[in-house]
Amino acid sequence: MIETARARSLVSMQSKPILKRHVRLQYDRVREAWALLSPERVFWPNEVSLDILRLCDGRQTVAEMIASLGDQYGADEAEIAPDVTGFLQEWSDKFLVTL
Amino acid sequence: MTEPVLPPIGMLAELTHRCPLQCAYCSNPAELLKANREMDTQGWVSLFEQAADLGVLQVHLSGGEPTLRADLVDLIACLARRGVYTNLITAGVGIAEGRIESFAEAGLDHVQLSFQGAFAATTEKIGNARGAHEKKLETARRIRAAGLPLTINAPIHRHNMEEVPDFIDLALSLGAERLEIANVQYAGWALLNRNALMPQREAVERQVEVVEAAQERLRGIMTIDFVTPDYFAIYPKPCMGGWARDAFMVAPDGTVLPCHAAATIKTLHFERFGDWTLSRIWHESSAFNAFRGTDWMQEPCRSCERREIDWGGCRCQALAIAGDAAATDPACIKSPLHARMGALINEAAGASTSANGAETFTYRRIGRVTEPTA
Repeated sequence: MIETARARSLVSMQSKPILKRHVRLQYDRVREAWALLSPERVFWPNEVSLDILRLCDGRQTVAEMIASLGDQYGADEAEIAPDVTGFLQEWSDKFLVTL
Repeated sequence: MTEPVLPPIGMLAELTHRCPLQCAYCSNPAELLKANREMDTQGWVSLFEQAADLGVLQVHLSGGEPTLRADLVDLIACLARRGVYTNLITAGVGIAEGRIESFAEAGLDHVQLSFQGAFAATTEKIGNARGAHEKKLETARRIRAAGLPLTINAPIHRHNMEEVPDFIDLALSLGAERLEIANVQYAGWALLNRNALMPQREAVERQVEVVEAAQERLRGIMTIDFVTPDYFAIYPKPCMGGWARDAFMVAPDGTVLPCHAAATIKTLHFERFGDWTLSRIWHESSAFNAFRGTDWMQEPCRSCERREIDWGGCRCQALAIAGDAAATDPACIKSPLHARMGALINEAAGASTSANGAETFTYRRIGRVTEPTA
């Protein structure tokens, strides 16, 4: 089986997510909104998604991202952690983020 | 119009109709344009600038074979400067050494490479081009070496449907992020060749199972997008996401159309870029406004709860099969003509029983003008 050569990435607290090369987050002046451009689709991330995506710089770990988001939203880290990791796993599976 | 017209997001630019392949399923119109009808570099650059101003975020550079345009690198650079996402849709045959690298340097974002078969013999038969498969494999390697993300596109019909598992292995072995398995849409040359291309129902059902299992097995490893076959469907596709709603296409001569087959609707008149600005065409062209929104709809679309999901389906298919471009797409189970789709499947099965279908194809060629009939 050829596919054994490639494996699904799974998110962990030590992952350092970064937007994939073929994905671009840019401000659209016509619609006055942030757009995430990908091969076949344009995504319009909401404010929370946008805050997570902005932290995907390939340097911060998921643990650090959660701490930062907890600060920004005045929320308990343990409470938001599953949402953040769930989001990152989904976006990794969609080939938008490298973990 | 009751709703405001929103700016377009996507644009399909058919830069040329020239192509080294002669695929019988091609979605280009039966009447193909020669090179001397193509818009020049300045025309395309000016169009792309206006598209970016209007709000277009993604341009699909297609054809024919877009790499036959000597100025492709300049067109990519123009779009990249404007922050427009560029997707090159190529057959991957006859691309000179170093060009893919130059596209990447100019700012190309993504490449979609077509394979007519998972094996050389099938690719050669469908495209009527010797050695095409090996050239495509080499192109795929060069795309990856240039660091560009890759989608493999596999248009599926009777002659390659059983190769779906092999297409999946091929896309994985080439390092593709994404595989698009697309049932042929019966417009343009595919409509001319419908009887030779239409698969059997059992084959479609088997293929759907294979794709669904692979999507599950390869989650997070490779994305598999599946374009369902209209003739076997219950509900129609929202063609182009709805007529003139968020996308449009441009023919090689600069004619701006709501979809690639729209010119088959002879009652519509289409403007050419240069005669009108893009903004004026998008907002004011009678062809763009003809089927925009829901006001044009007849029953059963008009009162259907899915009218803003399907947008009535495909106008060109409605014309081809129901004889009325404003009718419900017969792919919809609610269409009074839905049974005609099944009849056309059976008709195709009876019309072409030859195991080697090559002799039944009308291969795509410029200058061969034959009106498709439904």
